[in-house]
Amino acid sequence: MAIKGVSLSVAQGELVSLIGANGSGKSTLLQAIVGLLPGWEGKMSFWDNSLKGLAPPAIVQKGISLVPEGRLIFPPLTVLDNLKLGAYTRYRKKQHREIAQDLEMVMTLFPILKERSYQAAGTLSGGEQQMLAIGRALMAKPKLLLLDEPSMGLAPLLVDRILQTLVQLRENGITILLVEQNAQAALKIADRGYVLETGRVVLQGSAQDLLADDEVKRAYLGKDYGEFYEGRA
Amino acid sequence: MTQELLQYLFSGITNGAIYAVIAIGFSMLYSSTELINFAHGEFVMLGALSLVTLWGGFGLPLPMAFILSVFGVALTGLVFERLAIRTVRKPDHIVLIIITVGASIFLRGVSMLIWGKDAYSLPAFTDHPPLDLIGARLLPQSIWIVFIALVCAILLHLFFKKTLTGKAMEATAISKKAAWLTGIPSEKMILLAFFFSTGMGAVAGIIIAPITMVSYDMGTMLGLKGFCAAMLGGLGSLWGSILGGLLLGILESFGVGIFSSSLKDAIAFLVLLLILYVRPGGIIMAKDVKRF
Repeated sequence: MAIKGVSLSVAQGELVSLIGANGSGKSTLLQAIVGLLPGWEGKMSFWDNSLKGLAPPAIVQKGISLVPEGRLIFPPLTVLDNLKLGAYTRYRKKQHREIAQDLEMVMTLFPILKERSYQAAGTLSGGEQQMLAIGRALMAKPKLLLLDEPSMGLAPLLVDRILQTLVQLRENGITILLVEQNAQAALKIADRGYVLETGRVVLQGSAQDLLADDEVKRAYLGKDYGEFYEGRA
Repeated sequence: MTQELLQYLFSGITNGAIYAVIAIGFSMLYSSTELINFAHGEFVMLGALSLVTLWGGFGLPLPMAFILSVFGVALTGLVFERLAIRTVRKPDHIVLIIITVGASIFLRGVSMLIWGKDAYSLPAFTDHPPLDLIGARLLPQSIWIVFIALVCAILLHLFFKKTLTGKAMEATAISKKAAWLTGIPSEKMILLAFFFSTGMGAVAGIIIAPITMVSYDMGTMLGLKGFCAAMLGGLGSLWGSILGGLLLGILESFGVGIFSSSLKDAIAFLVLLLILYVRPGGIIMAKDVKRF
């Protein structure tokens, strides 16, 4: 069992960061939320509705979308098709006009996707693919957006770009739970944070407090011991 | 000599178009489920025997008998997926493949009980005299076969390229997990793949019925030929299957014509062995970019 006794909450309109090292159980937690690991025990609720026993498509319909680790776009399909498939459940509900608006919104958010609409998604660069993955998740019109390591493998400039987009989305009213190894960047844009270690929450609090916390600094922010012990001896 | 070669070519293309339609069924199911359905040939047989009953027996108009047969067989395909494939607790590939082999024996047995061991024959779809092209005879049924195979291929192509459901099926084939997370109900897509695949099998059985003897045990060999064709062209690719089917049909008919008719079935398997040695991905490699 990768995680045990974890309790966390995300309020509406919040941007919450979940940080922790490799193998701390961050991704496992996200996978359990979206229904990829159906065997979990405990309680999980979204707008007072239990998420127990729901498969991923049902979770998406409830308004939770995951931007998965490694992006998982559909490489041979065009960028536009990738985005449209993100709205699959909504097409089935005949919300064509709203979908067109959201497509426009995503294209405005990431102009590069508009430029490359008819290109196969596999030909995009890593950063563009990440934007596509986020755009695709947004096409489902989620109330809660989950992101699993969106900064992985990206150049620092692109990481900033992606994280700024998340801030913008939060301002547009989307609630965000962000899982990151890049703790500093993730905490900078977050309202609150949780630190996960070997499957347990070891620290939680407002993002500023966590950024200032010595333990977090030592373990996750890459401050070396020299700097850490300065002024303590 | 030229007329003989032309004659071989005609019969090769006719058989090839049938192999192609069967191969499309294999490929389509493989690309969405990574499953080789060894019962596929039995669905070809079911299509042919349904036509025998509906058109030959009940005397329904041909288009109606055609459509009813295809839908009937495709529904059987759905039931097959629901009862035999979906219910498997540990769906390892090898387990599923053996289940399809079992289903094949089962379907053959049931068909023998329903239709008996006799072979049936059906008239051609339309009774025109054969065309005479530079001394070679072209049967009207051959034109029907090639025409229907082409229409099926084009319709499938449009379905996968133009409709959202088609794209969702392709997405499921690319990555079931990604499709699932995107909100695409992948079980439904797999069900749909079974429906189309077995329906294509039925189409092959129906168009071949007038030019062969129809019996409960015709499916096995046709299924294997279709499998060879799919492997030859590139398993998982629509146009690869068509190419593989036509190529196999033509090779077979030239082999039979030039060497010996006893070679007919050996050629398909020789080709299969060769392609597995030389180019395991098929002529159109569908390995990296799985798409239909």
